[in-house]
Amino acid sequence: MNKVSVSQTAMTQNPAHSAPNANNPKTGSSAAGYSIARIRENFPILRQTVQGKPLVYLDNAATTQKPRAVIDCIRRVYENDYSNVHRGVHTLSQRSTDLFEAARETVQKFLNARHSHEIVFVRGATEAINLVAQSFGRSVLKEGDEILITAMEHHSNIVPWQMLCEQTGARLKVAPIDLKGELLLDEFEKLLSPRTRLVSVVHMSNALGTINPVKAIIELAHGRDIPVLLDGAQAAPHRVVDVQDLDCDFYALSGHKLYGPTGIGVLYGKEKRLEAMPPYQGGGDMIRRVTFDKTEYNALPFKFEAGTPNIVDAIALGTAIDYLQAIGMDAIADHENRLLQYATERALEIPQLALVGTAERKGAILSFTLERIHPHDIGTILDHLGIAIRAGHHCAMPVMDFFGVPATARASFGLYNTFEEIDILVDGIRKVIEVFG
Amino acid sequence: MLDQIRDLYQEVVFDHNRNPRNFRVMEDATRKIEGFNPLCGDKITLYVKVNGGVIEDVSFQGSGCAISTASASLMTEIVKGQTEDEAQHLFDLFHRITTGKNDEAVNLEDIGKLAVLAGVRAYPARVKCATLAWHSLQAALKNEADTVSTE
Repeated sequence: MNKVSVSQTAMTQNPAHSAPNANNPKTGSSAAGYSIARIRENFPILRQTVQGKPLVYLDNAATTQKPRAVIDCIRRVYENDYSNVHRGVHTLSQRSTDLFEAARETVQKFLNARHSHEIVFVRGATEAINLVAQSFGRSVLKEGDEILITAMEHHSNIVPWQMLCEQTGARLKVAPIDLKGELLLDEFEKLLSPRTRLVSVVHMSNALGTINPVKAIIELAHGRDIPVLLDGAQAAPHRVVDVQDLDCDFYALSGHKLYGPTGIGVLYGKEKRLEAMPPYQGGGDMIRRVTFDKTEYNALPFKFEAGTPNIVDAIALGTAIDYLQAIGMDAIADHENRLLQYATERALEIPQLALVGTAERKGAILSFTLERIHPHDIGTILDHLGIAIRAGHHCAMPVMDFFGVPATARASFGLYNTFEEIDILVDGIRKVIEVFG
Repeated sequence: MLDQIRDLYQEVVFDHNRNPRNFRVMEDATRKIEGFNPLCGDKITLYVKVNGGVIEDVSFQGSGCAISTASASLMTEIVKGQTEDEAQHLFDLFHRITTGKNDEAVNLEDIGKLAVLAGVRAYPARVKCATLAWHSLQAALKNEADTVSTE
């Protein structure tokens, strides 16, 4: 029922995109076998024109478009299988429960978690981080304790900790970055103190594209018995994530950035961590037995899933993951690396353009500014050319402050983007400069 | 395509963006206010000197997009010498035009030079850029808070 493929002939070679052209740096190309034309056919929304131009969607770090398999899944479940989960004895309830729990197993395999009960469904990465802050944080942190983050965090990995600090008297420490947008690992290590109770860092930065050295971070923290949360909202859609290999204690991700629906996300937590944590919210489904004197909580993961969950979107997230895995995360990462490399080369041809975020290890995000032209104006003019980018602070105001810019323009690439779209973007940026004289 | 965009980015807008008028700190301002658009991070510091109900001087500092910079610059040019009531009335008209509310009832000629910003009504996401300076002025005149946000 949940089986999907990238349409029947997805992985067959597409002649138009089969020959890597290493001799000409101005022509990027996909790997042989990465059938971009076929993949694009799977995304109905990409077929439209915007402002009379074919849509060029380069705002994938904000959210990704949905393949037909995901859209169809939602419709199919509501039309055929939908009911509440975990309680009914009737057929539809059983079907919904089976699909919902199968989706949990899909996520488990996707992240290579040891157990499916280490996968907690939440609304998104933001809620996953808030869950850890309020459940783990409030039960563990005392006045004077410390939480360590980095200077490149999204607001969702700053504000929950600030709230927790206000509640507990703990202190938030921030490991600095350099002008390339790379974490200063030495400084990070120095900030690990006997009072550090949690490290929470972004796996891949949404504003800069930086991929953090998370294994080194985790080893340093674990050497001092400090648990580590990784904010994987950006990383998970673009590369293989193996939580056992990383050995992270928590991993947060959002479904909508993973080509799945909005309103569904995942908190992975190591069994021993989740077992030791109190519930996040109280209600139905998270209990085993309720009396007015005392309530016995349910087992993992249900202890953290109070109330009727977002059933259908969780099932559709499973479908999105099936879709990604039919293409292959390594193939997606390879395609996006080629896009990033090509986009970086082409962007640097424009003398008025400055890149913000030039880390050695980067995901497919191109954050930039243009001399004397505000990113908002860039965004509006590019929209007139059918090109969707993000302009603003990317919910990372401290990053903007660090680089001394009010905002950046950001093109972020996904599995369906093409080299031709990068050419259109670069031509568009030149037009912006032309319009502004 | 680029003809359409000229509706929003008229030459006057580019001119005021490149060379904003009254772009300075005012030491003897009677009111100083920080305007902020949290959606995009645009910031403006507006200085106003009011004497007997008349805006004697107005200036600004800050960073923003072409629309917000040009709007602030044009505003300072236009309201200097106006009474508070005149400035408030002009903002009401401008606001109705930019937000597309009741704009048939407003004649573009009534807002004078500000008409060059009327194109913003086709760009709902950019209306706040055009009105940030005006919201700041309104707060300054009403002696409300020290900071004003478009949200």
